[in-house]
Amino acid sequence: MTAPVLRVQDLCTLYQTPDGPVRAVDQVSLALEPGQRYGLIGESGSGKSTLALSLLRLIRPPGIIASGEIWLGDKNVLALTEEQMRQTRLSDISLVAQGSMNSLNPVLKVQRQIVDGIRNHDSRLSRNAEQARVNELLLRVGLRPEVANMYPHELSGGMKQRVCIAIAISLRPKVIIADEPTSALDVVVQMQVMETLRLVQEEVGAAIFLIGHDIGLMAQFVDRVGIMYAGKLIEEGPIRDVLLHPHHPYTQMLIESIPSLTERRDLQGIAGVMPSLLDLPSGCAFHPRCPFVQDSCKSQTQALQSYQPHRQAACQRVQEIRHIA
Amino acid sequence: MYLRYLFQRVVFLFFVVITAASLNFVLPRLTGQNPIRERLAEQMLSGSAISAGVEELVATYDAKFGLDKPIWRQYLTYMGDLLRFDLGYSIPNYPRRVSDIIGEAIPWTIGLIGVSTLLSFTLGTILGALSAWRWTPQWVRFLSYPFIALSGIPFYLLGLILLFIFAFQLRWLPGNGGYGIGSVPNLSIEFALEVLRHSILPALSIVLSSIGFWAIAMRGMMVTVEGEDYMILAEAKGLKKSVIFGQYAVRNSLLPQVTNLALSLGFVMSGSVLVEVVFGYPGVGFLLFRAIQGVDYPLVQGIILVLILTLALSLLLVDLILPLIDPRIQLNRQRMN
Amino acid sequence: MSDALATSHPKTTGPSRIVQLLGTWHGIQAYVKRNPSLGVGLAILIGLIAVSYGALLFVDPSEVDPLTARPLQPPTRDYPLGTDKLGRNLVAVMALGTPMTIRAGFTGGLVTVAVATVLAFIAAYYRGPVDRVVQWIVDVGMTIPSIVILILVALTVDTLTPTQLGLVVAAVSWFRPTRIIRAQVLSLVERPFVEVAQMSGMRGPGIIVLELIPNLLPFLIASLVNAITAIILVTIGLSTLGLGALNYPTLGTTLYNTILYAAVLQGYWWWWTAPIVVVVLLFISLLLISLGMDEFANPRLRRTA
Repeated sequence: MTAPVLRVQDLCTLYQTPDGPVRAVDQVSLALEPGQRYGLIGESGSGKSTLALSLLRLIRPPGIIASGEIWLGDKNVLALTEEQMRQTRLSDISLVAQGSMNSLNPVLKVQRQIVDGIRNHDSRLSRNAEQARVNELLLRVGLRPEVANMYPHELSGGMKQRVCIAIAISLRPKVIIADEPTSALDVVVQMQVMETLRLVQEEVGAAIFLIGHDIGLMAQFVDRVGIMYAGKLIEEGPIRDVLLHPHHPYTQMLIESIPSLTERRDLQGIAGVMPSLLDLPSGCAFHPRCPFVQDSCKSQTQALQSYQPHRQAACQRVQEIRHIA
Repeated sequence: MYLRYLFQRVVFLFFVVITAASLNFVLPRLTGQNPIRERLAEQMLSGSAISAGVEELVATYDAKFGLDKPIWRQYLTYMGDLLRFDLGYSIPNYPRRVSDIIGEAIPWTIGLIGVSTLLSFTLGTILGALSAWRWTPQWVRFLSYPFIALSGIPFYLLGLILLFIFAFQLRWLPGNGGYGIGSVPNLSIEFALEVLRHSILPALSIVLSSIGFWAIAMRGMMVTVEGEDYMILAEAKGLKKSVIFGQYAVRNSLLPQVTNLALSLGFVMSGSVLVEVVFGYPGVGFLLFRAIQGVDYPLVQGIILVLILTLALSLLLVDLILPLIDPRIQLNRQRMN
Repeated sequence: MSDALATSHPKTTGPSRIVQLLGTWHGIQAYVKRNPSLGVGLAILIGLIAVSYGALLFVDPSEVDPLTARPLQPPTRDYPLGTDKLGRNLVAVMALGTPMTIRAGFTGGLVTVAVATVLAFIAAYYRGPVDRVVQWIVDVGMTIPSIVILILVALTVDTLTPTQLGLVVAAVSWFRPTRIIRAQVLSLVERPFVEVAQMSGMRGPGIIVLELIPNLLPFLIASLVNAITAIILVTIGLSTLGLGALNYPTLGTTLYNTILYAAVLQGYWWWWTAPIVVVVLLFISLLLISLGMDEFANPRLRRTA
């Protein structure tokens, strides 16, 4: 087994609020193998975006990474100086932000926005070499070289997101974090952008950490999947195994909510809503919505535990439940 | 698209100028009398030495705006004169033309207020940008507090205080006029230095009290831009702080700030009238003060027209430069898909 | 940016915002504690008014008339602020002039905000051609420098009381507030509770008064403070130019006299010190009040704080 390219150990990220600290990321541990595609699924408010920003050490006050470890290969991310961390971003780990965001600077041309990341990482290139690099990157993500001379507002949503992907691979990082890269794009463009992402990820050989809420979209893309609920990782495993045999009741409900193309049945939503992180239920945070709830769920929490090779889940009744699904 | 937009703006500003010019005609006549005529009559009766030639002035005036003429005729005559920039004669300074008197005052105002506005814009914007930046040392932030407090005080009161300290108590700088009493304006270096020395106090009172205004506005914009999505990606790209500050935060915050600058240059003539009054500075503001003192209606009306025109011109300037500095307002370019 | 914050800070600013913020005496205390500049500003303003009225207990108001004292005396026991060139007791001048100036500002400010609010509501509620007409007038009005109209009016009508002057200034000051309040009303009209009110049978004016006004009140109060500041600034400025209520001992008139008689360069320091100190205190108190009300009027600030 190869050494993981990204390893997270017991990570906790807090937000200080007037009503006390909120644990947006609570004791999360996970690992990515080189070149692996890892999907992280959760509803909005589950802490998945906070986890993404924590990995890049981009949490701003009132947020703070309270404890835990993040390793990029043999680099201890939380021990780096601010300047070392800056050098690490983009060259070791890069970000493709949400598709719905205005991630590009509206007053700079695309060329500038690709080049400034490269320039700020001690890669001295001649002007011609820079131009060639930009053209090559644009070509890789399926854009014409003319795009370099355009402003973001002249591009469509899909094109903007391709530019963001080009930026993310510009220094051949080992890990790419993609936080809902296709949100707010229409379905056809969504598939194209995901395809581009997969293509460049394979070319560059980076591992990808894909964050999303759409388990269906994930299933076509990732090798391994983690499910987040109320700041905690509650299930993890190879995507096929998890889809076919979900262990945690929440995962089961998530999968049942996917509309199926082959089978006609009523859509099942998930009863109840995600609790506010400010006011979490006692014990297992999922217990008010859980069909398998028992008394001990209301008082005791359950850490992620391994029941099968490569599979983990955080549920007290996992042994009984996993056979039901 | 772009031309159409410009055309709309030009039509709008033309309408504004016409409205303002009409108010200039209507308001003094609202009392039912014609104050200009009365003023002329007064001047004639007083029969002082200054009024030599006033009979002539009255004759010209009556020929144009006499009571026998219907009001709409007078209005048309007035607008016709404006089109030719014929602002008439100053009453106390007859036979000097209003346009000549104003023409002499304008360079002084543009020099003083223009320079001090640009100066306070630059300093205030830098201060505001720094005080909103997360990595700025705390003492820079403290530096902006006194300026914010000073921005609550009107320019001219600060002027009075500066006048007392530096011109009366310390006697470091002259506090009256645009140049020394005995000097004759010429192009020598000594005269230029003299003008500079005379402009320090009025300029300082404008700069000190408007730095805070620009700083507050810039800080507000910086805080807004800091919350934009592209600031996160800029940091995720591992850019140097200086690049994020300059190319991302400041560059984007500057757009509305520059618009405000162009707008405030439009108020150059009217905004700082009282500073010129306090320092007896020979610009348009002090001229207006003296025209009011002397109830010199033609001069007052002429100055008012100049104020309106500068404002309209600067608004047009804003409309013209905005598409140049903000790529998003390129109305003629199509988005490509 | 983060999911966690979105859930922990509800975005609603429902009808009860004022109640939430200031519903109780305790709430008011807590608010002032969070925003000390409001408390300091109010204290200075109330102090100025109190001192002015208090001084009238010790000084005969008729001493504002010229030649009731020996001219140009520096401060003495009898004349703690000295006398001016016209032979007036400056204590009496300040004691009468300060409330006069403040009253003119308040009256003008109230009228400005009232006119602006009514027009903004009409424009935003009825939309269509009504809205376009209002907007057109506002655009033109904002473009013409108001000083132009004020100079013409004040030059033509030379017998104004300070309060009348405040009203004249108000007449050319409502354009910008109208635009700003209209934008606020429009954003409120889109909110669900207006729709609910409409469905439950309330119409036109009913919705405006019962549903929108309470929501808008914090914003209107903040606009009022800004309008008062602007009007005091302009009335003092006009008087200093020698226009307006020159027969009354307002702060602006006193400043005009000091400039007219070159009091600074002649060394009559007591003559100009008193009005400048009062005017500066007045503007700083209004600035502090306005800064202190930001949180109250602008819920976005509270969320990011």
